[in-house]
Amino acid sequence: MSELKNSMTDTVMDALGKVKDPEIASVSILDLGMVHEVEVNEGKVKISVLPTFSGCPALHIIERDIKKAVEQLEGILSAEVNFVFTPAWTTDRITPEGRTRLKEFGISPPPANHVMGEPWEIDCPYCGSTYVTMENIFGPTACRSILYCKSCKNPFEAMKPVADMG
Amino acid sequence: MTQETVKPQEKEALIELLYQLADDDFILSFRGSEWLGLAPHIEEDVAFSSISQDMMGHANLYYNLLEGLGEGDADKIAHLRSVEKFRNAIILEEVNGPGTYLKEPDYDWAFAVVRNYFYAVHKQIRLDSLRHSAYEPLAEAARKIMTEQYYHLMHWEIWFKQLMTSTDEAIKRMNTAIEKVWKDFGGVLTLGPSYADIVKANFIDDEAVMKKRWTNKMEAVFKEVGANYPGEPRMERGNGRNGVHTEDLKHALSTLSEVYATNPSTGW
Repeated sequence: MSELKNSMTDTVMDALGKVKDPEIASVSILDLGMVHEVEVNEGKVKISVLPTFSGCPALHIIERDIKKAVEQLEGILSAEVNFVFTPAWTTDRITPEGRTRLKEFGISPPPANHVMGEPWEIDCPYCGSTYVTMENIFGPTACRSILYCKSCKNPFEAMKPVADMG
Repeated sequence: MTQETVKPQEKEALIELLYQLADDDFILSFRGSEWLGLAPHIEEDVAFSSISQDMMGHANLYYNLLEGLGEGDADKIAHLRSVEKFRNAIILEEVNGPGTYLKEPDYDWAFAVVRNYFYAVHKQIRLDSLRHSAYEPLAEAARKIMTEQYYHLMHWEIWFKQLMTSTDEAIKRMNTAIEKVWKDFGGVLTLGPSYADIVKANFIDDEAVMKKRWTNKMEAVFKEVGANYPGEPRMERGNGRNGVHTEDLKHALSTLSEVYATNPSTGW
């Protein structure tokens, strides 16, 4: 029974790996470290999700996409999505795979183990140069900043580091 | 304590506090959104709208906590309450300047910078206290909000310090804005009539302690930019925590709820 349950959880996790961030089409919510817990109980799934930024308008879309992806799985009757704030989502939850995917999308991933208030080092996602300038700490979405690479002359974006402030 | 374990007499005080926190962010975020397309340059437009979006998210978090305490649906709380039920400070509801965002907006950027900076400094102090709140869901929300507020405070601090050390024209406009904000900023620094119960239940620190932290910080910043500290912030037009408000709030609420109120049962 428990083996069956584990395999069901794995199947749900696989499905969640296909749910993308609507604003960063190449990265899944698993890659972003947004999935906190998955509970499968007699065909009913409870998924707790950590929101990235609290005013993120994509949250409703993410909720809908998760339900859609999970509820179509065989053996699943219903899926419930809960947004929780503990633990807090921080950018070091992003997986190595997620970091690679962000770069492919032209977004420099945030430094791992960032401490708020300390200098934020950003490499150009295209050429890897550190010779970059911050154009605007705020960007097209709540989680991104706008930069310019002085080496390869490309504008790019970076994901703002978010660390737990205790 | 949690939603289930909060005692009835504490619950009333908690609800009062949550309305103050929510309504402050809600109305200032709305005033920020009115600046869209009108900020001094395009980068500021991007930044200010992003900040306003975050702040509306913060208000939403608090409204959801109120929903959890039986105050009704979060959207309805935000859109369908009457003016006297709002608990925001009066200075936060004040219009951005003459005109409207649709017709001849002659908004005052110095006022935007001063109001937002003073508010962000206080918000930081409030969150620092709230993250240890006895009401655990509020502490959790505060820890979340802090990660975003960090960038807001940095943004407004840069604007404030730069303009205060800029041209004579800039300094003159900033001083006029400071004078204006100072007249009513006392309204942000108070916890209103339920203050004793709010503090007794350890939902947040004593308002006198938080006010002292704010004035200490302000005195240091004024000194740094070479400006005279204006003394005690006042509350000339009354206490918004008592439900006292101006025509500005009435107009703002009718504008921002215009679409929602046409059919509250629809999912917008």
